[in-house]
Amino acid sequence: MSLNKDILRTFLFVLLFAVLVIASLAIGVKQISWLDFTNWQNSEAPVFFISRIPRTVALILAGVGLSISGLIMQQISLNKFVSPTTAGTLDAAKLGILISMIMLPGMASLYQMGFAFLFTVLASLVFMQMLKRIQHRSLIYIPLLGIMFGNVLAAIGTFFAYKFDIVQNMETWLIGDFSKVLKGNYELIYISLPVVALTYLYANKLTTLGLGKDMAKNLGVNYDLIVLVGLICVSLTVSAVMITAGAIPFIGLIVPNIVSLFYGDNLKRSLPITALFGAILLLFSDIISRLIIYPYEIPIGLTIGIIGGIIFLVFIGKRMRYA
Amino acid sequence: MITVKKVNKRYGEFRVLDDLSISFPKGKVTSLIGGNGTGKSTLLGVVSKLLNKDSGNVFVVDQDISDISSKEFATRLSFLKQSNHTHIRLKVRELVCFGRFPYNRGKRMCSEDCCIVDRALNFMELEDIADKYIDELSGGQRQRAYLAMVLAQDTEYVLLDEPLNNLDMKYSVQIMRTLQKLAKEFGKTVIIIVHDINIAAYYSDYIAALKDGAIKYFGKTEEIIKPEILKEIFGLDFEVIQRNGKPVCLYYN
Repeated sequence: MSLNKDILRTFLFVLLFAVLVIASLAIGVKQISWLDFTNWQNSEAPVFFISRIPRTVALILAGVGLSISGLIMQQISLNKFVSPTTAGTLDAAKLGILISMIMLPGMASLYQMGFAFLFTVLASLVFMQMLKRIQHRSLIYIPLLGIMFGNVLAAIGTFFAYKFDIVQNMETWLIGDFSKVLKGNYELIYISLPVVALTYLYANKLTTLGLGKDMAKNLGVNYDLIVLVGLICVSLTVSAVMITAGAIPFIGLIVPNIVSLFYGDNLKRSLPITALFGAILLLFSDIISRLIIYPYEIPIGLTIGIIGGIIFLVFIGKRMRYA
Repeated sequence: MITVKKVNKRYGEFRVLDDLSISFPKGKVTSLIGGNGTGKSTLLGVVSKLLNKDSGNVFVVDQDISDISSKEFATRLSFLKQSNHTHIRLKVRELVCFGRFPYNRGKRMCSEDCCIVDRALNFMELEDIADKYIDELSGGQRQRAYLAMVLAQDTEYVLLDEPLNNLDMKYSVQIMRTLQKLAKEFGKTVIIIVHDINIAAYYSDYIAALKDGAIKYFGKTEEIIKPEILKEIFGLDFEVIQRNGKPVCLYYN
């Protein structure tokens, strides 16, 4: 009975995903005639292969990567409200990119990503150290601390941006946007594929982290190693997404929470759904962003910020009642 | 057998464990008793390798625990802490399955694993709620789920910190009987922290009384359950009466 319901729900998700992928490929300023693709003019094929496909692929990978990053962070911190947005991870990645722009201007995006990665790993380690020292493990306190930590990093970034007169430049990283994704400048995001595979391989070990440090150790899990692997996975994904599309808030926060309600926290079971749902939410938000002031578009960071913010508030209300 | 030799542990200036030595007899239920803050939980933490000691040694049979890899250790000794507050949403069966983690390292459950999990669920009367999420259970049900997980871990040494927390009388008695059975029939060494002195007196083979981070008294239950000893440990007047050959302590006055 419940197994059938699970399968039905999963099937509906896959169907929805497929519909959104097709819509994402079809929507755009340039009309592309689907029925008669054999007669595609010289202008239609390039639009499709240089812009539409990269954009859709980037959206899917970013959605998958960010939602799984959030899931990993929540397992590690034992807190449902910790995510790249609420633990300073996004701000650390931004700061990394900024520093790389100041120190070595005109550097290839691979190196910029390297900087972003380095900074996110460091910030994650610092945040974990802070968590270790805090006895007061209330549900809301820790994400609040993370947001403050993120604001400090952001302030450092703004300071340097003013000093080196690249505030304008930095603004482009502030709000996520997929309109600039084109063939040749988005490929770094493929890094999230092996990360996802690694996460699935480690799914059971990551689940034991959610049982708490002592319980994980009692089960013979190499706790510190698994935490490190998790943090590296998160940092790689977040940096790759940041380089490709900029900051996309809330995905890593709300997707794992919604999925957890229906599928629980056994990662072997919930991980594929979390990935799928992350892609769905991002594709959907991107389509909205592209349609709302058609033929122009608003940055997806804004759309997600609004949709995600509302869902987040609903969740806080709900969790607080149980907690 | 677990032997603790001259173990010291301090937090800042405070000596939690002060040159503590004890040998826990094999295949018996040993209860640790003592007031709050006497080092009972810290002792179990050190023995289970969750806490680092400042000095001293702990041996399992003749092997120093610091020489045993954490993977192997998890198949020999299990420890259930007092509170397991996490917001993780696992089904009861999934949680109990993680008790087999030390053996299958998170890979597929073999049929033996499933068999042991089913037996643990059955033992704790959890079959009806095996598919419920643990965060939706009552405190007592959740405690039983965690205990089933420890049973599934199936280790020679079982350490429990206040396992009767949140349990009603029926389940408290059932857990204690289970622990007795584990010791008697399966030869497992059980070490528990209990606050109910009568539960300790009725169900344990040995009792260790802690005070100020050291073992003050250790011996067979009937040697320890005496008014003068209990008064010294707890600072209360006790009356001990005999019922069917078992001591019962009265201390409400």
